[in-house]
Formats: sequence, C-alpha cells, structure tokens
Amino acid sequence: MKILVTVKRVSDPEAKLKIKPDGSWIQTEGVKFVVNPFDEIAVEEALRIKEKQTGEVVVVSIGDKVVTEQIRAALAMGCDRGIFVNYPGASDSFDIAGILQKIVEQEKPDIIILGKQAVDDDMGAAGFMLAELLGYPQAAFASKVEISDDKKKAKVTREIDGGLEVKEVEIPCIITADLRLNTPRYASLPNIMKAKQKPIKEVTVDALGVAVKPSVTVKKLTEPPKRKGGVKVESVQDLVTKLKNEAKVI
Amino acid sequence: MSNVVILCEHKNGELVKQSLSAVKAGIDAAKATSGKSFLLLMGSGIDKAKEAASRLGADGVIAVEDAALAGYTAEAYAIAAFEAIKPQSADLVLATTSAFSKDLLPRLAVKLKAGMVSDILSIKTDGGKIAGFTRAMWAGSMIADVEVSAAVVVATVRGTAFAHAEPVAAASPVTPVSVKIDQGALHAKSLEVIEHKSSRPQLADASVVVSGGRGLKGPEGFKTIEQLADLFGAAIGASRAAVDAGWVPNDLQVGQTGKIVAPNLYIAIGISGAIQHLAGMKDSKTIVAINKDPDAPIFQIADYGLVADFAKAVPELVDEIKKVK
Repeated sequence: MKILVTVKRVSDPEAKLKIKPDGSWIQTEGVKFVVNPFDEIAVEEALRIKEKQTGEVVVVSIGDKVVTEQIRAALAMGCDRGIFVNYPGASDSFDIAGILQKIVEQEKPDIIILGKQAVDDDMGAAGFMLAELLGYPQAAFASKVEISDDKKKAKVTREIDGGLEVKEVEIPCIITADLRLNTPRYASLPNIMKAKQKPIKEVTVDALGVAVKPSVTVKKLTEPPKRKGGVKVESVQDLVTKLKNEAKVI
Repeated sequence: MSNVVILCEHKNGELVKQSLSAVKAGIDAAKATSGKSFLLLMGSGIDKAKEAASRLGADGVIAVEDAALAGYTAEAYAIAAFEAIKPQSADLVLATTSAFSKDLLPRLAVKLKAGMVSDILSIKTDGGKIAGFTRAMWAGSMIADVEVSAAVVVATVRGTAFAHAEPVAAASPVTPVSVKIDQGALHAKSLEVIEHKSSRPQLADASVVVSGGRGLKGPEGFKTIEQLADLFGAAIGASRAAVDAGWVPNDLQVGQTGKIVAPNLYIAIGISGAIQHLAGMKDSKTIVAINKDPDAPIFQIADYGLVADFAKAVPELVDEIKKVK
C-alpha cells in the first residue's frame, strides 16, 4: 500500500509566544519548531500500516525551506521519501487542500493520513477539504484503523462526542489521527543518520498547477485578558466556607 | 444584508442544546445586517427537533429528511446540506463546534466554494455586512482578527462564546427539502455508534465540572473524584495526560484539543495547568484547584487553590460539603 502523510511545522506547544510589535503574527525568533503532534501520530499510523501490508510511506510538508526539518524528522521515524512544497505563504486551509490534491493526483496513494488539527492554528479543516476535493470518503478523529484483507476498505473507530463511532470507508480514503490512535515512536540515532540520505523532492505551487488564493487571513493578533487568580486557601474547611459564602456555588 | 444558515445537531431526534449557541450567533448576525436566518436540520425521525427549532426565532427552518441520513456520515450530510443551502443564497453558514460540525463543515465549505473559519468567538458586522471574526490560536494564547474575502463563509462557533438562543412564542415556518443521495457513491458508511453510558450531564452542558489529571495517578483516582461530582450533579472532565494514559475516554478531555467548557464551577484536581488545558476551561466562572505541587501553574488562574494531596483532600471536601449543603 502507498500511504501519504502530511506534517506541519508548528511552534513547540511548550514555547512562550509573543506577538510582533505590529500585531501581524507571532515572533518566531528563538522559538523552537516541531512536527505538529497529531501529525506524528499520523506518521506512526502510516508506518504501522506499511509494516503490516508492505508498501511505501511518502511524507509531504508545505511552507518555507525550513519545513524540510520536519520532513527529515518524519523520514527518521521511517517514512521512505519526502515531498517539500515550497510555498512560504501557506496558511489558508483551502489552499493547503488544493496543493495536497495535486500531490495526491500525482502520487496516487491508497490512504492519506493527516493529524486531526494543527496545534498552532487549530483549524482542523484541510484534511476534510482535501477529501471533498478528491471525492474521497473520510474518517475523522481516528482512534483505531483496520485495513480489510482485500485492502479495499478501512474500518476506522472514531472519537465522537459522547462515545465512539465505527465507520467503514472505501480505499482510497482520508483518515485524520486523534490522540489515542497510537504512541509515536522515537527516531533512533541510526535512523536519523539514514534519513539524511533519503530523497526529498522539492516542488513549487506553480509547477503543481495550483491557483492559490488565500481567502481567510489573520489581520491582527492580540493577547486575551489574563484571568486573575492565585488565591490559596489554607484548608478544606476554608475552601468550603469560601465556596459557600463568597463564590456562592454550594 | 447577510443571510445566515445554521446547521442544528440532533441526538435521538432531539435538538442538541449546544446547537443553541450557533443559533443565537447566527440569528443575531442576520438581524445586525438586516438579513434572514434559517435553521437547517438533517436526518430521519426528527419531528421533535423540528418543533424545537421552529421556536427559536429564526426566519425559517429547513428540514431534510431522508432514510439515507438516518446514520450520520459527513459524505451524505455534506450533500444534503449543500442542496438545502444552495437556494438560500446564504452568506454565512454556522454550526456549533462539535465532532459533528468539525467533520462536516470543511466538506460543505468546499461544495459552497466558501472560506472556512473554525471555532469563532465573535462575529463583527459593519454596514449591513459580515466584516470579520475573532478566534483563538496557539492554545488560546492569542486572539486573531480574521477576515474572509470569499463570498460565502462557513464557520464553526465556539459554544461557550455565545449565549443560547431562547425559545419564542411565534413559530417559524418549517420547509421540507428533499435531496437525492446515492449511497453507493458515498464510499462510506457508519457501522456502529458506541455511546459511553453515563448518567452525568454532557461536559458542554454541565454547570459544574470536576476534572482530573495526571495527579490522580490512575483510573482509581477518578473513582475518588466521582464522589465529589455526584454532590453537584457534575460532569467529569480530564486533562490530556489522563486521556493519553488511557484512564478515561477521550470525549472527557477538556482543553485545546478536547472540549472547551465554561461552567459555573470548575474543580481541577491533580491537574498542573498546562496552557493547553487552560485553553479549555479558563472562562469558567469559578475555578477551584487542588494540587499537591504549590508551584503548579493552575494556581495562577484558580480563584481558590488548595495545596493538598487529592486522596486525602477530596474525601474531606465531600464530607464538608455534605455538612453545609
């Protein structure tokens, strides 16, 4: 089976972020960047499917040249080769989906796995937009993926509000990875070395023939008001008294 | 003039309470721009939901009922929603953020050639038009002003950011719309929905939430905090760490990548307070934190912090509350 996975370069979830003086974006100097955690889960799942079924895992990332670091990280986990789409302005979900559509049309993977959302912008839309553009079925928020023996269908357990859903999708399909799908492996040192030799193909949006036209744009960032807290109570009795008399919640 | 269509969710034929946030946001946006608002219901056996939806003050309710929509799939519902919305010349399509809307709306946005914005906190209107939105980014550490140049905008609406639409006396007209869905062309089907049986309220609806984290040390720790939750009729929540460890189901996760809640009272027990968790609960009215680490970041935002081991403090708290309740 051929599996395509996407990785997004995001600021480290632990990083303390500041807004640029003009409010246009966050300051990126000195900020550590990592593979979006849900994309690591997507990569891991692709590798597990490949290990069972044999085949190839191709990893794609979109952005500035620096995103090749995240492609290398995925190659070090075990992906076979990378595609770097050189499109520094990438932010609009629909544009991302449009670019991925072209990649899918060229690569013709059986399954495309993406993280359920990127933890920087929390949009969570590009994967399903891609499914619609391709006319593929989708299995969102996967916590378990089983490929049928004839490799024609995937049975996916999905995290939904109030429980789980088991959905059957025909292959080719789109799957988005949720937290409990797996625990991503760490890249071993030999595999990190090996990844340096793995091919990364660079393509441009023009060469792909995508007419990118961002329609959703961030105009300004502001920090939300800080919540005031920090009052400590001395004992359980003290807490109950305050909850009853001050907060009036008991 | 902006016409707004709001997708309403139903469960077992009843309108889902959370949908009322998007209904309120949509009706208000339509009114502010002298446009019209329509509620859209899709499914099968939804008479009760239709009746409830018709009493929310929208200009109309559109109902798509078809056996093919009995079990939800994004593939079928996107077709149904698109066919129902097409004749309405909608400028804005909304639904409250949920597993349903996050799955469905991006597909619908492509069909409508719309710009998509997720989990909006507010809608700005200007000169009879929708001018923009705000939304949280980077786990709520930034608020972004977002503009959309596409003619149509599809957006999910953060439930806690908008009040619920209130029932009104006058009934809006309900218009049935039929759509043709070729099930064979969907390439997808729902095989089974496994509901987590619980007598507790849904996280999003609860006025009190008792949440546990890594500090509870295991699933047994959640048994302890359940006694506290019982006193309040509270929902149980969890940090990502507790879900990751497999102690509780994923749909109890409160935070950036789980549920966003803003109850009257939020009790965080054994939760250190990573920004990703705070993103899901910092708008709660009163926050109580119990943690044995005095430096846990959760204390910086808690109205009442108690430095204590939960295994001792929680049973004591249960006893003390029983005395005064």
